[in-house]
Amino acid sequence: MTLIGLALLWPALVLSEFKPWILFDLQSLGAAGRFLADFLKPAHSPEFLQMVLRETWQTVAIASAGLTLALLGAIPATLIVTERLSISRLGTGRMHWASAMLRQGVRWLLVLLRSVPELVWALLFVRVVGLGPTAGVLAIALTYCGMLGKVYAEILESSDAHATEVLLANGSGRLSALLYGALPESASELISYTVYRWECAIRGSAIMGFVGAGGLGQRMDESTRMMLGGEVSTMLIVFVLLVAAADLVSKILRRGLG
Amino acid sequence: MTTYRLDQLTVRHLGAAATPALHQVDLVVGQGEQLAVIGPSGAGKTTLLATLACAQRPESGIFSAFGHDPWALSDQARHKLRARLFLAPQTPPLPPRQRVVTAVLAARLPQWSLWRALASLVKPSDPGAAYDALVRFGLGDKLYARVDRLSGGERQRCGLARLLLSSAQVLLVDEPLSALDPALAQLTLSTLQREASARNATLICSLHQVDMARANFARIVGLRGGRIVFDAARENVSDAMIAALYQNEVNASPAPPRHETPERLAVGACF
Repeated sequence: MTLIGLALLWPALVLSEFKPWILFDLQSLGAAGRFLADFLKPAHSPEFLQMVLRETWQTVAIASAGLTLALLGAIPATLIVTERLSISRLGTGRMHWASAMLRQGVRWLLVLLRSVPELVWALLFVRVVGLGPTAGVLAIALTYCGMLGKVYAEILESSDAHATEVLLANGSGRLSALLYGALPESASELISYTVYRWECAIRGSAIMGFVGAGGLGQRMDESTRMMLGGEVSTMLIVFVLLVAAADLVSKILRRGLG
Repeated sequence: MTTYRLDQLTVRHLGAAATPALHQVDLVVGQGEQLAVIGPSGAGKTTLLATLACAQRPESGIFSAFGHDPWALSDQARHKLRARLFLAPQTPPLPPRQRVVTAVLAARLPQWSLWRALASLVKPSDPGAAYDALVRFGLGDKLYARVDRLSGGERQRCGLARLLLSSAQVLLVDEPLSALDPALAQLTLSTLQREASARNATLICSLHQVDMARANFARIVGLRGGRIVFDAARENVSDAMIAALYQNEVNASPAPPRHETPERLAVGACF
């Protein structure tokens, strides 16, 4: 039985050039070992550090610019999608058909934006606008607009409805009711989610760097190809520091809200 | 001039198909009139107030406010009408993390532009008016406190202080005394009544305390099982009528507690 299995498998293994012993070849073992050992001594020559600093700045800029553009789209979308702010629904439980259509349309748009992974957007934009940070910024802006709009609306809908509904029932406008009714409850959650998304955008821009969208990721890709473990190690440390910084910012902002 | 005219009005909660919350109710209220609505729990007091505030659409019958049927108006016109009616629900609608001054000034939102509302979040635009309103309920020292630092009774009065800042001509107040001790209850009720007569506003107040209602209001409406049992001047309300209104309240099992019924409650409902 085993023999028959092996006999069937053998041509497949040959065809796919499955040669596990290459893993234990002295030459490749040595190279891998050196690459890993390099991780223990991060590169720190002044010109390299200067380059890392410049690229880090670019990564943060890509993430921030992308997130800002995403917010420009996500905030209006949130205000449209949030059902609780519907005035026509008040007392009848039914929305006006036109506003219901608009809501559904925007919701579909958000689904479309976030269902395409940012890496795919980045690949598309690298073809359209060429290599560099612009592609990364646009990719982050589109995907994150979809995510932020959806989650913002859900945060607002899951807060206590009473205050907002009473303000609407007493005749205040939709946006004022949002500002005075729902926002005090949801503000810290909204901020912490936004900062978390900023952190994700920093990580995302690193991945997109591998497809040529600029920033620290692109340098990391180059260093990995050249098997320079020390440089990769330095850049990974920078990423850890960036994420820790995002954590700190979130904490400070939330404490400021009390 | 009449504020409200209700003729054979039936109101059903959204999603609750069984029995209507209000059943063929007739009521006429004149401008500047003050009346108390009493009745056992689940009688439909909250639904009546929500309907009067245009926060609950009636199913059948005639409903007119200021001579118009609000539900025949356009969405915008009806929303403008809502600014003339102030509904103070039993549970104070105050976000816990908001400052008292902001919560009270929210009464001005229907008049404010969005920019004014935004600016007032940063720097309260008329703290003096908020302070005066709070003082009248004995809460002057709480102006800059956060709502979640207030006790239940303080929150309830804070919600009523918002009423003083609105410019509404109809004040619909649901159980304003439920969290207050007798002395504060009297102060609160007379403040509400003074405010209503000062601006010639109609005051409709649902109450659990029958003796307070009879002592303070000239007109009493008794509600039970969604129907108006009596609607009479205070002198004509006898103890027997009150007893009949609340009779069998304890073992009235067929009427389920309406307060936790439907999936979608009207705005003013307490939950």
